[in-house]
Amino acid sequence: MNDQRIQQLFASQLAVANVGVDVFCDAVQAQHVPAVQVDWRPPAGGDVRLAQILAKLQNLPDNLIEKANREGFARMEAGDPEWTGMVYAHEVLPDMDRYTIGHAGPPLTWEEMCGPMQGAVLGAIRYEGLAETDEEALKLIHSGRIRFRPNHNVQCVGPMTGMITWSMPLFRVVNKAFGNVAFCTINEGLGKVMRFGANDASVIARLKWLEQVLAPALHRAVELHGPFNLKVIMAKALSMGDEMHQRNIAASSLFARTVLPSLVRVIDDQKVLGEVTDFITGNDQFFLNLAMAACKSICDTVKEIPYCTLVTAMSRNGTNFGIKISALGDQWFQAPVLMPEGLFFPGYGPEDANPDMGDSAITETYGIGGFTMGASPAVVRFVGAESVQAAMDYTSSMYQITQGSNSQLTIPTMDFRGAPMGIDVRKVVDTGVTPVINTGMAHKKAGVGQVGAGIVRAPMDCFTQALEAFAQSLHLA
Amino acid sequence: MTTKNQVRKNLYFDSVTLMVASSAMRQMEGVINAAVMMGTDHNRDLMTNAGLIGPDTPPFGVNDTVIGVQAQTSQAAEAAIAYFDTFISGKKSAAKTQTQAHATSLPGAKSQYPSTNFAVISVPGRYARAEAEKALGLGLHVLLFSDNVSIQDEVELKEIALEKGLLMMGPDCGTTIINGTALGFANVVRRGKIGLVAAAGTGLQEVTVLIDQLGGGVSQALGTGGRDLKAEVGGRMMSLCLEALRNDPNTQVIVILSKPPAKEVMADMLKQLETVDKPVIAAFLGGDPSMLAGSRVVWADDLEQAAKLAVLAEQGNPIQLPAYDSKKLEHLADTLCAQLLPGQTCLRGLYSGGTLCYETMLLLQKEGISTWSNIALDPAWKLPDGEPSRGDTLLDMGEDFFTNGMPHPMIDFRQRVERMECEAQDDSVAVLLLDCVGGYGTHQDPAGELAPAIQRVKEMAIKAGRELVVIASVTATEGDPQVRSTQIQVLEQAGAVVMPCNAQAARLAACIIRRQRQEGKE
Repeated sequence: MNDQRIQQLFASQLAVANVGVDVFCDAVQAQHVPAVQVDWRPPAGGDVRLAQILAKLQNLPDNLIEKANREGFARMEAGDPEWTGMVYAHEVLPDMDRYTIGHAGPPLTWEEMCGPMQGAVLGAIRYEGLAETDEEALKLIHSGRIRFRPNHNVQCVGPMTGMITWSMPLFRVVNKAFGNVAFCTINEGLGKVMRFGANDASVIARLKWLEQVLAPALHRAVELHGPFNLKVIMAKALSMGDEMHQRNIAASSLFARTVLPSLVRVIDDQKVLGEVTDFITGNDQFFLNLAMAACKSICDTVKEIPYCTLVTAMSRNGTNFGIKISALGDQWFQAPVLMPEGLFFPGYGPEDANPDMGDSAITETYGIGGFTMGASPAVVRFVGAESVQAAMDYTSSMYQITQGSNSQLTIPTMDFRGAPMGIDVRKVVDTGVTPVINTGMAHKKAGVGQVGAGIVRAPMDCFTQALEAFAQSLHLA
Repeated sequence: MTTKNQVRKNLYFDSVTLMVASSAMRQMEGVINAAVMMGTDHNRDLMTNAGLIGPDTPPFGVNDTVIGVQAQTSQAAEAAIAYFDTFISGKKSAAKTQTQAHATSLPGAKSQYPSTNFAVISVPGRYARAEAEKALGLGLHVLLFSDNVSIQDEVELKEIALEKGLLMMGPDCGTTIINGTALGFANVVRRGKIGLVAAAGTGLQEVTVLIDQLGGGVSQALGTGGRDLKAEVGGRMMSLCLEALRNDPNTQVIVILSKPPAKEVMADMLKQLETVDKPVIAAFLGGDPSMLAGSRVVWADDLEQAAKLAVLAEQGNPIQLPAYDSKKLEHLADTLCAQLLPGQTCLRGLYSGGTLCYETMLLLQKEGISTWSNIALDPAWKLPDGEPSRGDTLLDMGEDFFTNGMPHPMIDFRQRVERMECEAQDDSVAVLLLDCVGGYGTHQDPAGELAPAIQRVKEMAIKAGRELVVIASVTATEGDPQVRSTQIQVLEQAGAVVMPCNAQAARLAACIIRRQRQEGKE
């Protein structure tokens, strides 16, 4: 009988973790012995079976999961995204034709789409010149000619409705450390925009301008300057009060400062230069889409590590919330999406809001956005958090569900602690703490646009399903 | 009458905290019934059946705290809810000022504090297995305080522990002392060379306290949980603990405390002990010395003997007790009997410690006094739950019937105090036996809780024209937070006769009852 570890215990300083009644923890501390109180809650909403799955996973031999998660975390740390130019969707995306429409979130059918998503789809079909009117577009959809697919499956992300079609220009971001590529559309600005489901002529005209004027100019700027390092901008912006999901004013300003010297050198037409610089400097959220592509390029490197339980994607299509976890590759785990809670623009209220939507939760998947709310006192009022302390509490609570903290993105307001990074599906189920996401809110009717911003949680069901499927893949459940 | 309920979203408290708060709320003026519970399905049913929640209660889930109060007036109901809030904020600020280290999960605790080597687990039974398994997976030794864990789960947990060479003490293990640190309900005792392993929680407390009293000291005191020596569990943890004590250079004497093990388990244990070259003393309460025939293991009749023999062995003396001298006890019994009426021939014992109740029952039986009990030796003498005491009755008030929805009697004295008053009204009762258990984890002043009730029951008896003898023993050391001598003094001032240990309290009670009965016959 092997009692070596007991002899070790007898010979060393006792150090206790107390799970349950806190009197026992106080008692140990009163004896001047180190003790940590585990704020235990019934795991996964009180589901005993899930609790036992978690326990079984903890007991896998050789620390397989922990090793795999460390590997996943190390890849996230090593990620080095660079913006290397502009491309058109049809040039780079696999299995693409004019009738293919990429959307945010997990897969869904036309019938399942919410109002803004449907509005965006109708607009996108007109933008591609496949239909003159919404009626014609609808006919195409009902004939089954239009093929919908999640952006996430083809290395892409898009905010809110996330439309990506044949002619659309995309930021190309290369993760230099691994050589993989990710793409995201250009941010359209505020007001009537396709990402919030608007689709009138002005929306289409702006998209055409992005395609025909802005994108070529940006591409030439990159050609002149060389790749732009995005992590540097993100790290600086975080220290300047952006959380980089709902607030990107610092990042967008830094970006403008970095790109404008090249832009002015590559645009000869003064009128165009004026339009381009007006557009870039007039949109506080311009950097969001670059941040999203950067996050996607990093999270994709964590995909398909055997035994790795880190989350590689979180995204919403306005109907369902979906996540992917590393070990299970491209399998989506979905649950009905929740309603954000937050503040509304004047004239709008909760009854106007569409449920949570967009691929932009890739920022939280990487560990910024809602996860770094503590770095962003200024966003607190915008998303309706109660106080700066509450924002820090949100960030603090995210360390409970992540593998570690990001050594490159640090939070000045929290003693330069690294941003919480690498969501572990086991920890989410175990602690009952779900990822917090900062988000914009679309009007539930297509075409109205943004009505507010707020905070939303990823639904627990996605994580419990993923955990169960993972355990099944190991024949443990 | 009015019913008020409230839901506090995402606010979690352990059930002990909530039970303490609820029972205090129930005692408030104008409050008819009150409960604060976590919003599990089970609790939902309980509160619905009690009429504390209804269709207009806001929706809640398992992580929400649900408050329900039934009161004569809405002010009384609101006062009760306000009390709960004060109670909780007191708890919270206490936690803050202590800057208690926190984690949200065991893996989190281990990664934040990598030197963690031990887990104390007291979550509700149905989650206990998962938490214990996690702890073992993290390489932690485990004290599993929780009960209501299936025997199958116990066996599997212990199998995992054996494979890893980790202690898996419990389920339902209340007491252990590791490296001099009291864990669970345990006492501060001098460190020394006596290593103990017990399948009986308060038994372990009593013996370690007595060792300390006698000038001896404890190296390690390990618990196995009450079922370890049953055939199904096969003494798995007992065996590992014995191995650990055998190999521990600081342990020179080994003490085993348990009810009699299953036959095959006993045989295996004796075989294992054959090769142990340290003195071994065993108290198998309710067993027979012949169980140890042919082995070098020294038999102890009761907890007191076990402690005395262990200290003799620790000091290198022959392991033999001097002949028992009952003169002092007889003399004390004489004095006490002189106060009693001839019709007072019965005794009642109310215990917070199960093993203490059990030990008393055995000692009384030896003296020819059979007792009714909720943990009776013989099923024919089982006192049905909820029934009043009859004849000679001993109650283990830590049993499920009493603890269902109420804190353990070592923490909350209300039920015991109420029961004391019931017993005192019975004019056939001569002796009331009580234990008073201190140490970490238990009430901060058990004697202070018992003393007013002792005074009250003695006054009740006097008003009814008789005396009532209250005999107590204190399971606590001078080093305990409650301080033994202080506890004894408080009990004595209240009019109790305080004996040096539980066994002696039982012997004195037996002595009195025998005399009272003989006197009746004469």
